[in-house]
Amino acid sequence: MKKTDLVQTTKNIRKALLMMNHRSNASHSGSALSIVELLTVLYFKYLNVDPENPKDPKRDKFILSKGHASSGLYATLAERGFFDKSYLDRFYVDNGILPGHIDFEAAPGLESAAGSLGHGLSVGMGMAIAAKYQKLKSRVVVMISDGELNEGSIWEPLLLAPHLKLDNLTVIVDYNKIQSFGITNEVINLEPLNEKLKAFNWHVIEINGHDMKEIEQALNAKTSQPKIIIAHTIKGKGVSYMENKLEWHYRSPNKELLDQAYGEIDN
Amino acid sequence: MRKTFLKTLVEEARKDERIFLITPDIGYSVLEPFMNEFPERYLNVGVAEQNAVSIAAGMALSGLVPYVYTINPFVCMRPFEQIRVDVAYMNTNVRLVGVGAGFSYGAAGATHHSIEDIAIMRALPNMTVVCPGDPWEVENAIRQSVNYKGPMFFRLGKQGEPIINNPKTKFIIGKAIKVRTGKDLHIISTSNTLEIANNVCELLKAKGISASLISMHTIKPFDVRMVNELLKTKKPIFSVEEHNIIGGLGSAVAEVIAESGFNPLFKRFGVDDKYSHYVGSHDFIRGKFGITKENISKNILKLIGKK
Repeated sequence: MKKTDLVQTTKNIRKALLMMNHRSNASHSGSALSIVELLTVLYFKYLNVDPENPKDPKRDKFILSKGHASSGLYATLAERGFFDKSYLDRFYVDNGILPGHIDFEAAPGLESAAGSLGHGLSVGMGMAIAAKYQKLKSRVVVMISDGELNEGSIWEPLLLAPHLKLDNLTVIVDYNKIQSFGITNEVINLEPLNEKLKAFNWHVIEINGHDMKEIEQALNAKTSQPKIIIAHTIKGKGVSYMENKLEWHYRSPNKELLDQAYGEIDN
Repeated sequence: MRKTFLKTLVEEARKDERIFLITPDIGYSVLEPFMNEFPERYLNVGVAEQNAVSIAAGMALSGLVPYVYTINPFVCMRPFEQIRVDVAYMNTNVRLVGVGAGFSYGAAGATHHSIEDIAIMRALPNMTVVCPGDPWEVENAIRQSVNYKGPMFFRLGKQGEPIINNPKTKFIIGKAIKVRTGKDLHIISTSNTLEIANNVCELLKAKGISASLISMHTIKPFDVRMVNELLKTKKPIFSVEEHNIIGGLGSAVAEVIAESGFNPLFKRFGVDDKYSHYVGSHDFIRGKFGITKENISKNILKLIGKK
């Protein structure tokens, strides 16, 4: 896919997820907007997945451990053709298909339930270990949030994965600097994060999480250790009134704000 | 029971390459045969129970059948929410194997006792809860677990429990076993109290009372049909378990009785909603909580008016 097409894809995904959250009055637009470039590169440039054969045992697997950003993942999967875009109209509503936090039975392409933080990395590790045992080339990518690094259960797999030399496992930290009820490093200071993860024997790559070239290079970097990509992102990226605002962890855009957001995204 | 578990798992693993064994650093002098024979299918994740359970779920989602083995409270309580989301909600083929039913760990103390596990595990949709009463039931349950659909929890005893069942009996997960037949009253036991319950029947027999004994080795799915069969005899029913009387076997039997339209004499024997602060062996603590053949038979005789 060409660069111009990829940019258009990010626009489609941003508009779709905002429409979903507008329609259902749902939260977490900011958390979904920060990962749109990451999701776009994953699903359109990196992951070996086939919407026609979503259960192929040889496929790569992606787990969105920060399950509250589900609107971003659903919009991306629909854009990639895993299911019809009409599914997106049935997000977070009565008689819906797609719940606010991920039910992996809800639609094709979802690899794990998510919503309770601090699970996805361990589940992904289990998949990575299984792939090695089964001699499959399948790679596993898990995306966690910066706030999720507060969870004790995250540090168990962070200790174990390098010990097991799981070079088929990649973690992306969506470092958007704002968590549920405060500025991430004011709630609990994660810094120095890079050095911390290096000290745990991860291969650490730090990037601008909105630069798709950097994202692609980081994903393709060959390492003998499991890899963590610290993706510096902006919460609410692409919508001026949402950017770096904690309230957009919760609020849902009304029609007027949605129109404004669409205008900004299209320009 | 834990030796039988491991021996059976090794035998099954020879036949089925999907079987994996995960431990959060527990299993000294028990797990070595598996570890040595299948090093590529054995994983010690370190002292990290939450990780162990979620890793197992990820493996199960990839088509494997992982068994997570540790001391009972650490396999079903410490990682409870991981079990809820990654195992029960996702309906993965994870097998949680907890050693040390009730007060099995005796003087080790209450952190290692397990008196709430049945209650919390049976509250989880999709979860199958198996509480074998003797090594024969362990062997059969583990063999059947390999191809069983959905998540399972096994509550194992620790000490060298004797075989109570007649090995010619047929074992099916979800179907209770009538270990003894009797016409005067019915005793239902689960998990590691099967030997005590059998001895209670012997003591009652010496007093001229004929008691049937049911081994309710599966708490979920619960064998409602067996309880209804007992109810139709209109004879007293007693439940025996080394678990809190809240939420365990006694509660499950009570639920069936309450909706049955029958009103039999019924009494739950178990742990009376208290933690042990006693220091002593398994049998010593059982004695303090009245989980003995003498105490139970004495109370049964009193309740049926035959002192």
